[in-house]
Amino acid sequence: MIEEGKALFLQIAEQIEDQILDRSLEEEAKAPSTNELAAFYRINPATAAKGVAMLTDKGVLYKRRGIGMFIATGAREALLTERRAVFADRYIDPLLAEARALGLGADDLAALLRERAAAASTTIEGNPA
Amino acid sequence: MTAVIEVHNLTKRYKTKNALDNVSLSIEGGAIYGLLGRNGAGKTTLMSILTAQNFESSGTVKVFGEHPYENAPVLSRICFVRESQKYPDDATPRHAFKAASLFFKNWNQEFAEQLIADFQLPMKQTIKKLSRGQLSAVGVIIGLASRAEITFFDEPYLGLDAVARQIFYDRLLDDYAEFPRTIILSSHLIDEVSNLIEHVVVIDDGQILVNEDTDSLRDRAVTVVGDAAAVDAWAGGREVLHSESLGRVRSVTVLGALSADERAEVTASGLDLAPVSLQQLIVRLTQKAGATNSAENQEVR
Repeated sequence: MIEEGKALFLQIAEQIEDQILDRSLEEEAKAPSTNELAAFYRINPATAAKGVAMLTDKGVLYKRRGIGMFIATGAREALLTERRAVFADRYIDPLLAEARALGLGADDLAALLRERAAAASTTIEGNPA
Repeated sequence: MTAVIEVHNLTKRYKTKNALDNVSLSIEGGAIYGLLGRNGAGKTTLMSILTAQNFESSGTVKVFGEHPYENAPVLSRICFVRESQKYPDDATPRHAFKAASLFFKNWNQEFAEQLIADFQLPMKQTIKKLSRGQLSAVGVIIGLASRAEITFFDEPYLGLDAVARQIFYDRLLDDYAEFPRTIILSSHLIDEVSNLIEHVVVIDDGQILVNEDTDSLRDRAVTVVGDAAAVDAWAGGREVLHSESLGRVRSVTVLGALSADERAEVTASGLDLAPVSLQQLIVRLTQKAGATNSAENQEVR
């Protein structure tokens, strides 16, 4: 869950973002408190607080005085835009690098992608058309 | 200043060896600190002097702004859990906790009872007859339940199994979150405590080698793996902490955080990047300091 070599507070922020993206945390729902995060990830509360502060600065979370932190309306949309902007860098470039090493061209990759996507959608629907 | 501990030019000399060599250190407080280093590096000596169980040879030591020696107001606010605490022969854990409850004004008996149950500590046996792990548990319980403003844990886990150590870490985090205070944790098990500590102090050979926030240390070094020639070309001009080879493959650990562009460049040139854990980083830094010291000593000879 926690990996090495990357600032812990960034990882905590990303995990909260992931939960907003997959809707396990809905907009206007209460975000986990720093103490809850600290206990769950077994990290220092100050580190958890730093991750939460980062998301507050970004406008993903906001504070209701005396109650706690909440997910801002529009947070999911903003995160989608942000993640899509870095998607190619994070996932496509390493994919291309590995494909090149194996002698696979862009067309081969495209064909593979379509094949796998078709297989995945059949599995999910459970009802091949 | 708000620092709870201030040490300037502290030296502790034993006959021929300096256990602490001109150490200066300021600890702000209100955080969990990791005091790390090899055996004999000077960790216990430093903690003993800060708690008035040992004396400095020279330098100034201030805890809560005052020298701790025979200073009851200061000492009542500090708890030092020693690695091998001695108790009277006929003392049972109950006696030890009773004494601690009289001494520490923030002592919480309810918390102590909970910890006794957590660690399944036999209360009627004499401490002398307890196992090594149970003896450590007595220290851990006193350290946690005393809720002192500064608590030193000197390798508190000796003999504690993995389950008991996890109980210690979990209870420490829980209680610290509820009652923030200054915790100074000395440990060899760096991987186990790296996520708990906010600030790292590394002592090596009587000197402070690292004194930094854990987060800023975390991406301080990186390991690059790949074809030896390509790795060497990339690592040229960088500060290399460690290097090893397997056939034509070389793995080099370098100091210095990489920017996103530099990372992309490394990957584009067919090299692999691997993160360096806090434990690996500290091991490499300590080894490097050791190598530099022995090189200097040889030059002198």
